[in-house]
Amino acid sequence: MDKKIRVLVAKPGLDGHDRGAKIVARALRDAGMEVIYTGLHQTPDMIIQTAIQEDVDVIGLSLLSGAHMTLFRDITDKLRENDMEDILVVGGGIIPEEDVPRLNEAGVRGIFGPGATLDDIIRFIKENVKR
Amino acid sequence: MTDLAERVLEGDPRAIARMITLVENNSDEAPELMSRLHKKTGRAQVIGVTGVMGAGKSTLITELALEYRRAGKTVGIVAIDPTSPFSGGALLGDRIRMMEVSTDPGIFIRSMGTRGMLGGLSGAVFDVVEIFDAAGKEIVIIETVGVGQAEVDIIKIADTTMVVLVPGLGDSIQAIKAGLMEIADIFVINKSDRPGFDLTMAELESLVELNVQAGRKRTPILGTNAKERGGIKELVEEIKKHYNELVSSGKLDDHRRMRYETELVEIVRKRLMNLIFDEAVFKDKVDSLVNKIEKKEMGPYAAAQEILSRVLK
Repeated sequence: MDKKIRVLVAKPGLDGHDRGAKIVARALRDAGMEVIYTGLHQTPDMIIQTAIQEDVDVIGLSLLSGAHMTLFRDITDKLRENDMEDILVVGGGIIPEEDVPRLNEAGVRGIFGPGATLDDIIRFIKENVKR
Repeated sequence: MTDLAERVLEGDPRAIARMITLVENNSDEAPELMSRLHKKTGRAQVIGVTGVMGAGKSTLITELALEYRRAGKTVGIVAIDPTSPFSGGALLGDRIRMMEVSTDPGIFIRSMGTRGMLGGLSGAVFDVVEIFDAAGKEIVIIETVGVGQAEVDIIKIADTTMVVLVPGLGDSIQAIKAGLMEIADIFVINKSDRPGFDLTMAELESLVELNVQAGRKRTPILGTNAKERGGIKELVEEIKKHYNELVSSGKLDDHRRMRYETELVEIVRKRLMNLIFDEAVFKDKVDSLVNKIEKKEMGPYAAAQEILSRVLK
């Protein structure tokens, strides 16, 4: 078996800032993962379809627009509906401290705001990937 | 859970996705499942798309897929990007240009890293073509890495190979160097609205003319502007024409035999490599042999023979 961790890095919603997502995508590649990067303005349905076809182990969501509560939860709801809870979901962006517990509860396991290091993200994924 | 191969045959997207992961990971379960799928293959038309980086291959493939969908056909797409030889990771970004078709249930896109395979393909790509075929995809499109060199392996797997170029950049000259000239069943000059299109077309035409004078077939050249959907219908027509010729001349069978031969050799090669390199003691053995080479006690050929003789006995 030559298993590699496959990660979907996606930017949901109306947010044109993808520099952070691209840097994370590169860092994950350099950590030996296969990163599927899909670009801007993804709808939750697009993200779910891509996750199915690419058979990813991890979904990394990046959002700086402030709509994370709605969009992240929409995505984790859809993952549950499709029996895809074995996919580890992590998120990054401008996310206020008080939103973190509720996002965790919704199924976004790791939240990385400004100040989080690339190593933090890589370590979290490697330790928490479920399959 | 019902059997995975059964579910692939029914076209279940989750099963197709999982099956591809198994072959990519060289899983122990894969060979038996693939043998069962193989019996149900042979119906899909396989189209290879190669050419220089930035030629617009992904956008062109998206438009092709949409055109096939309008004709009521289902499509499987394999998009290959390079695996980093240093980290083993890969950044797979072809889907960015394929977003338009990402929620169409009649189109299945899979991104793959080369994972050490040379020649612009991924080692598992043969299996993925068979999986799509067995799952009932009528059209399978393969996008190669696109480094513009050493991309020639695509002809061993595709029924029709398209080489995509763009105006300017001196690509047509590069194409001859890299051997892309010989592998094209169809030339496409994409981004036809760009300056230099006429010149690139003229250059290519004269190259094709040389080929014709040397007794080879005249390779068709088409201009497309994938972003504006220009020339796509004509391209689909040309692919169809080429495929029909393959079928009527009996060459399709030769193509398929070449694919199976390449796949067979590739499986043996992979297994042999595993046999040699997966041994737990191998690293120590290599270290001790390298020491001997360093001290001039042994030459590299003799050292290689020592490793091989242990496997081949």
